Amino acid sequence: MIANEGAQEMRPRSELSARELFREVGAVLRMSEAEASALGDLPEDPEDDQTMVINMGPQHPSTHGVLRLMLELQGETVLRCKPIIGYLHTGMEKTAEQLTFMQGGTNVTRMDYLSPLNNELVFSLATEKLLGIDGDIPERAVWMRMLLSELNRMSSHLLFMATNGMDLGAVSMMIYGWREREEVLRFFQKVTGLRMNHNFIRPGGLAADLPAGWRDDVLRLLAMLPDRFEEYDVLMTGQPIWRERLQGVGVITPTEALALGATGPILRSTGVEWDLRRDMPYLHYDEVEFDVVVGTYGDAFDRYAIRLNEIRESMRIVRQILDRMPSGDYRIQDKKVTPPPRARIDESMEALIHHFKIFTEGFRVPEGEVYVGIESPRGEIGCYIASDGSPTPYRMHMRAPSFVNIQCLPHMMRGGLVADAVAVISSVDPVLGEVDR
Amino acid sequence: MSAEVTTDGTEMSEDEVTLLHGCPLVDSRGQQVLFVSRDRYLEVLRLLTDEGFAMCVDLTAVDYSRFMTRELPDGVTAERFEVVVNLLDISARRRLRIRVQVPENDPSVPSLFDLHPGTEAMEREVFDMFGIAFSDHPDPSRILMPEDWIGHPLRKDYETGSIPVQFKGAPS
Repeated sequence: MIANEGAQEMRPRSELSARELFREVGAVLRMSEAEASALGDLPEDPEDDQTMVINMGPQHPSTHGVLRLMLELQGETVLRCKPIIGYLHTGMEKTAEQLTFMQGGTNVTRMDYLSPLNNELVFSLATEKLLGIDGDIPERAVWMRMLLSELNRMSSHLLFMATNGMDLGAVSMMIYGWREREEVLRFFQKVTGLRMNHNFIRPGGLAADLPAGWRDDVLRLLAMLPDRFEEYDVLMTGQPIWRERLQGVGVITPTEALALGATGPILRSTGVEWDLRRDMPYLHYDEVEFDVVVGTYGDAFDRYAIRLNEIRESMRIVRQILDRMPSGDYRIQDKKVTPPPRARIDESMEALIHHFKIFTEGFRVPEGEVYVGIESPRGEIGCYIASDGSPTPYRMHMRAPSFVNIQCLPHMMRGGLVADAVAVISSVDPVLGEVDR
Repeated sequence: MSAEVTTDGTEMSEDEVTLLHGCPLVDSRGQQVLFVSRDRYLEVLRLLTDEGFAMCVDLTAVDYSRFMTRELPDGVTAERFEVVVNLLDISARRRLRIRVQVPENDPSVPSLFDLHPGTEAMEREVFDMFGIAFSDHPDPSRILMPEDWIGHPLRKDYETGSIPVQFKGAPS
């Protein structure tokens, strides 16, 4: 059966108002309304009409999940493009209203499944701000959160290297990218017990301390990766075919990126230096040294190069974290949010009751609402929580970077070739689990 | 916030209330929150954009029908829905949150599309999930749910569990 989304689909030009066409041709900022309406004057007689609408996805392998695009083509040129989403919608924001703040991490970690720790981090930071304990998190917990967050940025960008290579025909790159990512995931598995969907960063701190030998594992990772990046440079960065395929493709200007709310590598590729880690520091990012990588042309090659170099910057941050990792507690010793240690439960009735209460009822969070935004590998991930004083969020909303960034697709694709459409989708690096939530 | 008189007779105000463009500006846990009425929504947003809040980071809504007793500054009447807009000023590195009260009997808000084209998908999502209409939106269709879906899932009266499964194209 052909998927039919009714009004959500791209409609023929003859049915569109000038204003809607204006948006669909991706020219909100560049064209006057008169110019946009002139675009609608393509021949409507089917005999003369040289345009056709083709459907791409939702099962197309290069759409990174279940993204569906409707493309209006004239020959091989893309005239209009409309992303249609929702095929992976599972109502996670509604689910969050049923789960306590303690359980919420299991839900948010499944949204952007390539950077689960960043999702948990932003949820925990928002909850801690509501509880008023955001200043009391132990030092070790803060540095551990930074370590995991940066390693997660590396694993996410390594996967981008793999999928970007695969989408553009560099199939060996796919294997290399997955291979390196697996090394990072192996470390995550050792620390959290799981490769993905960790639920490790929790309100109040973390679920457990770092395991013995963690430092050697990280050092091994840091020693291994630079050589591999040399290989990437030989295989891709310097290759004429690779550059031809990406340079000048999917260009977006700073004004457009800002107006569309794009963040992360897309915004930085246009030359706007905006990284929440540096510009609105959270955790201890103001105490480590790193560079914000920016591009110049706003094309797909810039976005590739930014991500490759962001892995290098993350490695630089990880090295500094290794030097500065303090000893101490990995979670706050606040009886309100932290369950008592296992040993205490055997000897104290109060500890048992307390443990039971926290895991059945959850802890109560004061009334109020709060928005916290952090830099995920894909851009600003924000968590908005409204609390009514009960142990579950009254409303939890995630500002998903992919959901907003995907709006750039029509702008980037307009006037390009249909063969470049895949390169453009790939360079935006959307995670559909986060787009649809 | 009304000033409270403590037992020893000194005046103590819980939150500092100032006015920005005639709207109450509240400091909530270190974050700036501006309560804008629906009539002045577009006007104030336009003024704020000129002041440097050039980026609209997020637009969402909350259905407060089960929590009408929430704290609001003086002069703001609690309504069922609230549209929440997060603005970002990149050059001054500051954020501002806008909260707009939207009544149950007329759930509609002007669209920010002309000011911030990036709110297009977010406004569609709020319409889809809460049934709040955005006037002048160029594409007022659902975005996450199927087009023929009945109900708006994130409303508090949309119960979870025992929801009849809606199959597309099935005879009803």
